[in-house]
Amino acid sequence: MRTDVLLAILGMAAVSYLCRAGGYAVLRATRPPPFLEAMLRHLPGPIFMAYVALALTRIGPVGVLGTAVVVLVQWRTGNLSASILAGIGSVWLLDFFTLS
Amino acid sequence: MAEAPSGAPGGAGGSPVRFTRAGVARGARAATPMLIGLLPFGLVVGVVSIGRGLSLAECLTMSALVFAGAAQLLALELWTDPAPVLAATLAAAVVNIRMAPMGAALAPWLDRLRGWRLWGTLGTLVDHSFAMSMAEIRSGGRDAGYLLGTALVLYAGWIVSVAAGHLLGGAVRLPPGHPLFFGGVAAFAALLVPLWRGARQDLLPWTLAAALAVATQHLGLPQPLPLLGGALAGAALAAWVDIRAAR
Repeated sequence: MRTDVLLAILGMAAVSYLCRAGGYAVLRATRPPPFLEAMLRHLPGPIFMAYVALALTRIGPVGVLGTAVVVLVQWRTGNLSASILAGIGSVWLLDFFTLS
Repeated sequence: MAEAPSGAPGGAGGSPVRFTRAGVARGARAATPMLIGLLPFGLVVGVVSIGRGLSLAECLTMSALVFAGAAQLLALELWTDPAPVLAATLAAAVVNIRMAPMGAALAPWLDRLRGWRLWGTLGTLVDHSFAMSMAEIRSGGRDAGYLLGTALVLYAGWIVSVAAGHLLGGAVRLPPGHPLFFGGVAAFAALLVPLWRGARQDLLPWTLAAALAVATQHLGLPQPLPLLGGALAGAALAAWVDIRAAR
């Protein structure tokens, strides 16, 4: 195993454990200010948005269409596997038609 | 007989909180259907790891030690060669900070545990084990082993599905830009759907997160700054909208 990869993994593992156990240790004793608490609660949506937006600038219009398919399928079915497969399938099809 | 602090949900009355093998087994059985939802995510992480040049051993070490799908996918998105130690660590911190309030919410059980049962169980905490255990606490559950049992099943499923994704992706030798790598983006886009609470609460924060991330990347700021900047600004705006609406 490469040292740089191992270091990155250990860094991720350490902060993940701190989030899991440190949250209990700290928040049990003190309550964070309401603004910070609300920020923590609302982080997931903006994180995933920023991630998808950055990825789409790299992938381009095919990715935007694929993402639209994913959101539509997830919204209609509520099934994570179905929406991921539909997204991959539509990108595959679009790649096929735009490259051929 | 010692009781949980007053006001803690599930803490008043009844028998004291225990930690038994039977509780672990019951949690494990309850979590087994959840494996279906976890499988595609694990497969995607395995496939994306290949795209980033991680060996099976590296990919499984990450999955075993970090055990957090969203954090792993996000870190892989930022992955470079040599590995981005600081960026990956920051990405994991920002994604997993959502788990900090979970431990506090589980206090009715956790306050009764000591040693490895407390600190070991906390290390396995994930969204699904948290949600299932909160439901169990609310319905009067007294066996904290349930929390560990749900997490252990999800942990085993995680390792197996990531390994399967890596082995399958490696067997067909995917070229860079292959549509299967879109699975990472697809997983996050799908996760956004149940998080959406409506345009009034989420439209502006989510737009700000996306726009700021893309704009700062265009300005040439290195990762993970665009990602983290967008995410934190969006969360701050969401918090502000929330607090203003509550007044």
